[in-house]
Amino acid sequence: MSERIGTVKWINGPVIRAEGSRQVGMMELVEVGEEHLIGEVIGLNGDIITIQVYEETSGMHPGAPVFGTGLPLSVELGPGLLRSIFDGIQRPLPIIEMRTGSFISRGVHLTPLYRKDRWEFTPVMKEGTVVTGGEVIGTVPETPSIEHRVMIPPDISGTVTWVAPAKSYTIVEPIARVKTADGEKELTMLQRWPIRRLRPYKTRLDQSIPLITGQRVLDTFFPLGKGGAAAIPGGFGAGKTVTQHSIAKYADAQVVIYIGCGERGNEMTEVLQEFPELIDPRSGHPLMERTVLIANTSNMPVAAREASVYTGITIAEYYRDMGYHVALMADSTSRWAEALREVSGRLEEMPAEEGYPAYLAARLAEFYERAGYVRTLSGEEGSVSIIGAVSPPGGDFSEPVTQHTKRFIRCFWALDKSLASARHFPSINWLDSYSEYLDDVAPWWHKATDQNWIGMRNKAMELLSEESRLSQIVKLVGPDALPDEQRLVLETSRLLREGFLQQNAMDTIDAYSTVQKQIGMLALMLYFHDRAHDIIKMGATISVIHKLPVVDTLIRMKTQIPNDKLSMIDEIHEAINAQMTQLEADYK
Amino acid sequence: MSELVDRGGQEVVGVSRIEGPILVIENAGNLGYDEVVEVIDSTGHMRRGRILEVSEKMAVIQIFSGTTGLSIDGTKVRITGSTLKIPVAEEMLGRVFDGLGTPIDGGPVPLTNHFADINGQPINPTSRVYPRDYIQTGISVIDGMNSLVMGQKLPLFSGAGLPHDQLAAQIVRQATLGAPAGESAKHAEDFAIVFAAMGVKHDVANYFKNSFAESGALARVAMFLNLADDPPVERLITPRAALTLAEYLAFEKGMHVLVVLTDMTNYCEALRQISNIRGEVPSRKGYPGYLYSDLASMYERTGRVKTSKGSITQIPILTMPNDDITHPVPDLTGYITEGQIVLGRTLYQHGIYPPISILPSLSRLMKDGIGEGQTREDHPHLMAQLYAAYAHVQDVRSLASVIGEEELGEVDQQYLAFGKAFEGKYISQSFTENRNIEQTLNIGWDLLGLLPKEELTRVSLAEIDKYYKGM
Repeated sequence: MSERIGTVKWINGPVIRAEGSRQVGMMELVEVGEEHLIGEVIGLNGDIITIQVYEETSGMHPGAPVFGTGLPLSVELGPGLLRSIFDGIQRPLPIIEMRTGSFISRGVHLTPLYRKDRWEFTPVMKEGTVVTGGEVIGTVPETPSIEHRVMIPPDISGTVTWVAPAKSYTIVEPIARVKTADGEKELTMLQRWPIRRLRPYKTRLDQSIPLITGQRVLDTFFPLGKGGAAAIPGGFGAGKTVTQHSIAKYADAQVVIYIGCGERGNEMTEVLQEFPELIDPRSGHPLMERTVLIANTSNMPVAAREASVYTGITIAEYYRDMGYHVALMADSTSRWAEALREVSGRLEEMPAEEGYPAYLAARLAEFYERAGYVRTLSGEEGSVSIIGAVSPPGGDFSEPVTQHTKRFIRCFWALDKSLASARHFPSINWLDSYSEYLDDVAPWWHKATDQNWIGMRNKAMELLSEESRLSQIVKLVGPDALPDEQRLVLETSRLLREGFLQQNAMDTIDAYSTVQKQIGMLALMLYFHDRAHDIIKMGATISVIHKLPVVDTLIRMKTQIPNDKLSMIDEIHEAINAQMTQLEADYK
Repeated sequence: MSELVDRGGQEVVGVSRIEGPILVIENAGNLGYDEVVEVIDSTGHMRRGRILEVSEKMAVIQIFSGTTGLSIDGTKVRITGSTLKIPVAEEMLGRVFDGLGTPIDGGPVPLTNHFADINGQPINPTSRVYPRDYIQTGISVIDGMNSLVMGQKLPLFSGAGLPHDQLAAQIVRQATLGAPAGESAKHAEDFAIVFAAMGVKHDVANYFKNSFAESGALARVAMFLNLADDPPVERLITPRAALTLAEYLAFEKGMHVLVVLTDMTNYCEALRQISNIRGEVPSRKGYPGYLYSDLASMYERTGRVKTSKGSITQIPILTMPNDDITHPVPDLTGYITEGQIVLGRTLYQHGIYPPISILPSLSRLMKDGIGEGQTREDHPHLMAQLYAAYAHVQDVRSLASVIGEEELGEVDQQYLAFGKAFEGKYISQSFTENRNIEQTLNIGWDLLGLLPKEELTRVSLAEIDKYYKGM
């Protein structure tokens, strides 16, 4: 499969130049040196081939051979992806561990998917059917929570001449044959797809269903539509990773792809050890059964970091094509951009801003545009939502990666260091964040909760922005100088901040809120505000309101009301009513 | 392998350019990327270098000990055919080495045939053990608010003139494997300490040496010293050599190792210097675009693995130029390490030791190292409450500076009192004071007693019943 196509001439870290064949294609997968290190062709000039190598090049010297494969860098798709952890170029890390121990050596060649596992295949297609790409041939129970739908590859169409009977097969055994224009083709459960080419679909659809994450500040205040793209920018210690982990755990996506791109090894290990034990609140199965992890930690080769996001998104699109809703987390896209910068620097390309190559924006756009809510080739609905963390240097959002990212996403969850310092988590700043999906998903909320979600959400936002204005005055003259009506705004905003926006990812009850709990809590706080407002107009002072026992109840209810005991919300409503009515009597 | 052996020992001539610590040689087809070479000057004196870039026609070599005395003609480059390796052995504890791992204490070269590549290899995330065992440092601000966990990398962000060296020495001296409050510490063997100095002054190195000697730890310490007047290029090797030994001790010999690296800012400046001479495209403040990956290749050599009971815990120290935490060195470090302990000048000026700024400090691994069974069940909430209250103190202080303390409301007055007591009793402790976890937690509750119960929304009602000492 691999023939010698050239000879190494120049080496500089992960970038090498070789002289050789003019038949090599751009983005072709090549193997470099006696150890057959994996690389990709990124430039051709006459008979000089520029290659980025996905492994450490220490010790390589000019004269080493380069082998071609004739194929673009691709991922393997098929049953066995879920529950796996891969490196940036889809090598299975657990198998590497078996081969080389606790440390990753280079030059390890492994197939991403294990060839010997047998999968129960049930055909759903009859012989003689005329098929096009994307149609489902049969199903495999990949994990208890996900049925894997084996599809005709997108570029194949014709007449099915044979389908394997229901039985267990390995992924390399034939399960169907299709007669196409260029002859009969044998299909297996294992398919390949180039990572840099987006998988086709029929049409794009509107993003009118929110991706429910169970995080109140996200779902209620800044919702992301299924098939949309969001960015989480924040300096170090602001809580990007905790937020990404929370979303990976609780989002109502059927499949989750988590890409640890240039991040900490211990964090990947945390996910690996935690997810098999955590139970998905919806399916009742361990979270790991719907998850694919891709890990290129910050000390793994930098070029593979660049590839890791494409590996992830291609797997996400594959499950989307089966008709699933997929959420993809990339933590962090800044490391990916820096990998681009590093390779670009070694190629001595002309830099644009801060050393980043001029094509940074184009690459970001390409990536985020692979998100979408689509009608698949087989007519199902599926989606890929992208949630990308951004790590701006010095927490300064004016840097190129944050700024370019903002152009290609519609949901911006800005993390705030000062909130994080006060241990307000998730430290998403409600004034700097935005979501352009509000109007798109409003009808869904109204249907799901039967309440005026958008109205309440806007009212709460109004209070919070009023608070921000008032706190400027408080900083100058102290709170006592404000009239009681305005001090009530401060009090209600405090309730919203501490009782609603803050959410403790470590608390068993608070970690995840259903939409019903979210809207119930919000309604209670606004109800409290309205009643208190009336009473203050009657002449009561803010200190009387502040001392009501229900204030403490409102702040603590997030940890007191389990998602399945929402009747408690009505009880609190009654308590507010009773305490307020009593106050009213005093001031009548 | 045979090919490597064949190439070893060959000599090449044809130096075409020498600039700073960089030497360019032509017709060097047999050199391998990242390999070590021996450079011999016209007097026969040998120095070592490393290949940064190589093509058939030329190679760029970085000379560790500087290029003084090298000439275009008469300089020979001998190929070793191998990347930089250092000997590693348990006997290296108690010894002092230079920045490249050569003994400078007058003792013999460590006798071993175990040589390890200084670049190490990335730990497979599947093989890691997630760190959960906290280390009791006896320092309240660390144990109570930013616990250090075995297998964590937790840097000290400091500034010129702040007592980071004392703090690091105190941590090293007092560190023991933590135990739940009220129980005596588990019987664990002492930490082995690997200390690497990059470009620090002789006094600093001596300070650490004396401090280790006083606490009787010297026999458990291996020191790698590249001091301020040693060649800067050598600095790029020093932390890697130290970590290579640490990995051997932790993962092959099953020891718990504390690694102290000081000062990472000097390291980064040496990296910038090399990058600059090579004419690379700079990113921020002239630092190379790969600074993040380069720092990560060292910081990530921390942790625990399934196959060994040992661990590596890293405490890198760095001075922030002009106390600027957004400077590329602290900034990129913070993105890689699992939190940071930030020293603050204002606290220090108020005579508080250790002057740890609470609000920007963070320990990411704390959440899994504390709580029931590890420290005490109230610890996580208590910590969050102290943080929230102290953050509010800052707001009250800035308000007080505008309207005057007398004009503050009753609750805000209580916050002011809390802030003062917190800095005086919780943060502040002496250089020799070693508080156990129970003392630290109890001081926290004593201080919360200064605030009214209604303000304590981060702790649970049950915890208030059990521990709250106010009215």
